[in-house]
Amino acid sequence: MEDEPKSDFSCPVPLPARDKVLLGHGSGGKLSAELLREIFLPAFQNPILARLDDQAIVSVDGLRLAFTTDSFVVSPLFFPGGDIGSLAVHGTVNDLAMGGAQPLFLSAAFIIEEGLPMETLRRVVASLREAAASVGVEVVTGDTKVVEKGSGDQLFINTSGLGRVPEGVNFSADQARPGDRVLLSGSIGDHGIAILAEREGLEFESPVVSDSAPLHTLVAAMLEVTRDSIRCLRDPTRGGLSSALNEIAGRSQVGIVIDEQAIPVREEVKGACELLGLDPLYVANEGKLIAIVAPEVAEAVLAAMRAHPLGREAQIIGTVHASNPGVLAMRTVLGTTRLVDMLAGDQLPRIC
Amino acid sequence: MCLAVPGKVLEVEERDGSRVARVEFGGITRLVQLDLVPEARVGDYVITHVGFAISRLDAEEADRTLRILKAMGLLESEERGAP
Amino acid sequence: MKYIDEYRDERIARALVADLARRVTRPWLLMEICGGQTHTLMRYGIDELIPPQITLVHGPGCPVCVTPLEAIDKAIQIASRPEVIFVSYGDMLRVPGSRSDLVQARAAGGDVRVVYSPLEALKIARAHPERQVVFFGIGFETTAPANAMAVLHAQRQGLRNFSMLVSHVLVPPAIRLLLSSPQNRVQGFIAPGHVCTVMGYREYEALSREFHVPIVVGGFEPVDLLEAISLLVAQLEEGRAETENQYARSVTREGNLQAQAIMERVFEVCDRKWRGIGLIPRSGLRLRPEFAAHDAEKVFQLEELTAEEPAECLSAQVLQGLKKPTDCPAFGRRCTPAMPLGAPMVSAEGACAAYYLYRRQAVAP
Repeated sequence: MEDEPKSDFSCPVPLPARDKVLLGHGSGGKLSAELLREIFLPAFQNPILARLDDQAIVSVDGLRLAFTTDSFVVSPLFFPGGDIGSLAVHGTVNDLAMGGAQPLFLSAAFIIEEGLPMETLRRVVASLREAAASVGVEVVTGDTKVVEKGSGDQLFINTSGLGRVPEGVNFSADQARPGDRVLLSGSIGDHGIAILAEREGLEFESPVVSDSAPLHTLVAAMLEVTRDSIRCLRDPTRGGLSSALNEIAGRSQVGIVIDEQAIPVREEVKGACELLGLDPLYVANEGKLIAIVAPEVAEAVLAAMRAHPLGREAQIIGTVHASNPGVLAMRTVLGTTRLVDMLAGDQLPRIC
Repeated sequence: MCLAVPGKVLEVEERDGSRVARVEFGGITRLVQLDLVPEARVGDYVITHVGFAISRLDAEEADRTLRILKAMGLLESEERGAP
Repeated sequence: MKYIDEYRDERIARALVADLARRVTRPWLLMEICGGQTHTLMRYGIDELIPPQITLVHGPGCPVCVTPLEAIDKAIQIASRPEVIFVSYGDMLRVPGSRSDLVQARAAGGDVRVVYSPLEALKIARAHPERQVVFFGIGFETTAPANAMAVLHAQRQGLRNFSMLVSHVLVPPAIRLLLSSPQNRVQGFIAPGHVCTVMGYREYEALSREFHVPIVVGGFEPVDLLEAISLLVAQLEEGRAETENQYARSVTREGNLQAQAIMERVFEVCDRKWRGIGLIPRSGLRLRPEFAAHDAEKVFQLEELTAEEPAECLSAQVLQGLKKPTDCPAFGRRCTPAMPLGAPMVSAEGACAAYYLYRRQAVAP
């Protein structure tokens, strides 16, 4: 069999047409990257956008500002540990914080489906206000649109944020260097599993609450230790830890090796993942960050993270290497090494 | 094929004419149908596939083989001089 | 988690590997039937741990991969109807039919929903009496009893708007086909532990005798698989050919008789086409005629579909263990999970996807 001519092996199944946007295009995986690369980047090409970080860093009259925007389409609107209102603040604040910025101002735009109970809207707005107040940012501009019933799923929110980047802070996903350490602020998968537990068709009872939280004070605590030895920060939201680290490996053209046993995963999250056939490495987080830091400051930064309430379970989970540029690999519990790829689209619960 | 996971039966009840259990999987719980494993009792581990228990895990058998395997593991690490 | 974590213990795994290295004196070619086992082997890199004399090839045990094109085309046809809510296990959504998949059917306006259990499809049917709810009943013997129970529940609850599109397959006829092939190189099989949980392993004992081939019923965790490999190698080295049960914490010789009775009541054996392999006699299950009211093939007037399987697709040889996924020139280039050319690249436990996900490149630091 070994010498069978290779020319016989063709897969004549036609390539699936991509004439419509699929849900997977919004998953934060490879399909999302494809959309970005093929539609958005060519249209808006500029050096600031080309950095592809979670926020744009712009200079205005010598002042360095971080600017970002994010849309929130979470279903259900209310979930254990949060709701779309608080999430809309935390998501955008965290995108600013990952640039090292102190968040200053937010905008909030509401796209409301006709028929949404007024009480629901009140609750969401109150939650958004409280979240903003506790972060210390103000919502200084906004917008409201109402769409016909059936044209939206109850309520979508977009927030944009503006923050100030301190002197000497210059984080970007293309700055990881061989020898750097990979730090993770706590357990992964909590947000995704909390949401999944509420979804129609899956139905399990879980004590898991979303980790949705603003990370700017944790980042500030890390900046107390060092400004110039932190290469890059990321919050592993959609697509999970794997997507975030794959992006860094790709942008920096380095190899990253993480240690399966060092990555904190709650027992409940593990249980849900076993049951539904999911991998926690791809499950979303809303209150965790990854830091790539120089080896000589890794322990000090780790200590600063652990001293902060949102970083108590922080761990050094991996190392940056020169070999295998662009590749994320993981040392398994058995001591073998395997690739951790980005997923094409959404992770679906499976039975097989 | 066939993802099936062991979980611990916490409660058993009658629902719409069939036996249903609340089963714990590492801290989360889910209702599991006992139509296919009517003999399952509280405290048993059942192997669950698509919301149905398909077997009652034989705990004695599991413990017995694990003991043998663990002994093998210890022996092996001693031979290699590891802890 | 109890009964999972213990079976991922590095020390036990290493001991089993060392034991294996002592035992093996010659090259052996083994096949794990089940895609779940393929997934574990790749995820934990077990194929790299075991002695080089042992080669593992991967079997046809992924129901998603072997579901024929026609069944997927039918599913898409039904899902595209405005009155239908089409309900499926998540696994089937991205499997390409001859022109499209269920994800694209959803993007084109079909109401396609993912559930974890067939009973949740019944719940949807109760909540939407004005819609037709169709469940995609796929899987091996492990899943068949649960799907059969859903049909029985629907009948008992008088749910007239619930039907099932059935494309169940059975494992032993596929093993028989592999063993009967003159091209067969496989010297020992790891039988699928959860299929045997339901069916027992008497059918496999018959195969061991008839073809003089060792078979070990194996579990799904790394330690299970290493132990199963070790038992197979011991048999081969000693010239024995028996069916043994490594997964005794779940599997008995007779299997789950209650589950078998329920399957028997709802389904009957039929011939079935396997994607990439072709027609295998008496290798499928369909609903018995008395359940016609819940049989989507009877409820809907479907166009007769005769999608031709791509005869020269390498997936056929991958599913039969004749080739490794990496032998395919399209692997990882023209064919990736984002752009699958064949079904084994779609399901997480499809052999091609497992290879692609976990070891696409050398990852040694």
